Amino acid sequence: MIELEHVSKVYETGDIVLRALDDVSLRIDDGDLVAIMGPSGSGKSTMMNILGCLDVPSSGTYRLDGTDVGRLSDNRLADIRNRKIGFVFQSFNLLPRTSAIRNVELPMVYAGTKDRRTRARRALARVGLAERANHQPNELSGGQQQRIAVARALVTDPTMILADEPTGNLDTASTVDVMNLFVELNDAGRTVVLITHEPEVAEFAKRVVTLRDGHIVGDERR
Amino acid sequence: MNLREAARIAARGLRTNKLRSVLTMLGIIIGVAAVIILVAFGNGLQRFVADAFGPLANQIQITKTQGAISGNRAARDLTDADVDALSDKGRAPAIGSVTPSVNGSALLQVVGDGQYRSSILGTQADYLDVANRELVVGSFFDDQQTRNKAKVVVLGPNPVATLFGGQAGEALGKDVRVGRTTFRVIGVLKGNGQQDDVAVMPLGAARSYLLGGGDVVDSITVRAVSTDAVTQAVQQASAILDQRHAIRDPDERDFTVTALQSLLDQSSQVLSFVTIFVAAVAGISLIVGSIGVANIMLVTVTERTREIGIRKAIGARRRAILQQFLIESMILTGVGGVLGILLGIGLSVAAGIVLPRLVTDFPVPSVSVGSVVLAFTVSLLIGLVAGGYPANRAARMRPIDALRHQ
Repeated sequence: MIELEHVSKVYETGDIVLRALDDVSLRIDDGDLVAIMGPSGSGKSTMMNILGCLDVPSSGTYRLDGTDVGRLSDNRLADIRNRKIGFVFQSFNLLPRTSAIRNVELPMVYAGTKDRRTRARRALARVGLAERANHQPNELSGGQQQRIAVARALVTDPTMILADEPTGNLDTASTVDVMNLFVELNDAGRTVVLITHEPEVAEFAKRVVTLRDGHIVGDERR
Repeated sequence: MNLREAARIAARGLRTNKLRSVLTMLGIIIGVAAVIILVAFGNGLQRFVADAFGPLANQIQITKTQGAISGNRAARDLTDADVDALSDKGRAPAIGSVTPSVNGSALLQVVGDGQYRSSILGTQADYLDVANRELVVGSFFDDQQTRNKAKVVVLGPNPVATLFGGQAGEALGKDVRVGRTTFRVIGVLKGNGQQDDVAVMPLGAARSYLLGGGDVVDSITVRAVSTDAVTQAVQQASAILDQRHAIRDPDERDFTVTALQSLLDQSSQVLSFVTIFVAAVAGISLIVGSIGVANIMLVTVTERTREIGIRKAIGARRRAILQQFLIESMILTGVGGVLGILLGIGLSVAAGIVLPRLVTDFPVPSVSVGSVVLAFTVSLLIGLVAGGYPANRAARMRPIDALRHQ
């Protein structure tokens, strides 16, 4: 379960104070498929960084599976990202010159998991790219690269898959592919949080949260 | 994440930029090889000097002090009686042999073949051993010839060059007029570069026919029973002569006792200073190489900022990133170090085979284990230090900033 309580994030650059998130409270239950929407500058990216434990709130509490992550050390945050969160980025962020299977194995390398190869193969099969295991990212299409990234995100069995504009660099066909994949994963019981500004992508979500100027201005279930 | 994993990631990082890795390594390879080769040459030189002069290490030279002596007394000559006293085993157990000699100069003449002014050395049958010299042809005079004051002479290379056109065989058995007496040449000395302008004859013969001087000897060469006994031998010889010359204060001695060992020690000390200095100069190239490693690691870390961001986002701790880049730089310098060691040993051995053939008596370089161990340790340390700052910078990057890097 994901709980944000009165979370604010304030950036101060010289005299300019920017409230990227202003007293936001949000609760996401396990097994949900949530889209967080909003125009640029609405605080989406800040939300993504905080949910992903890449950054900590200025005030308020963020509990992930009951753990208050607001006051953890860098190392503990790294461990949380490793075990509880699976990232999918707009620009895929696969390691270049590294085969698909090794990319998928990477989080398990840092977790010290034993049967990495088997689990990585299973994750690749799950996204339908088992036969591309030894291809390097530059030998694959954008849609395929993003599916490898999804395999990497789900291989550690995380609490939440956090996708930041996952279809931003994809054509329509690939977008549908990848979104269907998220839906399938969600159907299998996994929590998925999508950050997006595209209404077509939000269509796939069960719940849509809308941000504007650092506030939640809409929260509807479909 | 364990070390093996980190090493695998680091090795892959290096492989993606092979040419750059090899060039960076080259700096370390050259530096390490240079240190090993130059130390090997220095060691070879030291060993060469030790081999050449080692046999002289148990020698002690005794001469009459020249010039004024404190106490306003006239220096007494060294005499045969002094020689006999030094030869007394009971009083000087550390002294193995005593060889007196007299010096002078005389005109050497060969009928029809011109003349040559040479220094004359009158000494005993054991001169060759004492002076660490060899003959080219012939033989040296023996104890009996010494006692009989036989009119025989062993010539150095310089008189042979002038009188016999450098033909040692030509000189052998010939008669030579030395001063006003005719001597027979029974041998020719091999040159040693120091005392080549010489004619050596029995001590008694030199006194009787050429130099006169009664029972006076110009210098006494004493050999200690072993190199370890040199200090004792010096003390015993000094004590005997102090007593014979009635000297109470060592400052008033009218003779000088010099152990060659102390001169050898000084010269080998100078040589080891030279070796250290030369190795330090070679060490500069190692420093330049390590700056190259630091430079390349900084470039690598900057180039791979995004990769660092990805790794951190999916759960790499600081330590894991630090390890990855430290191991990368240590592989560079460690492998460079091993290759440098192989190159250094290889070139030293090759030089030891080739150079003595080109230059006679060229000292064979000798690789020291110490320099190899030191060079390898230093190259690993360089990896640690030169990679330390860049790796630390990588480890401290914030994942959000690193991910945003294009």
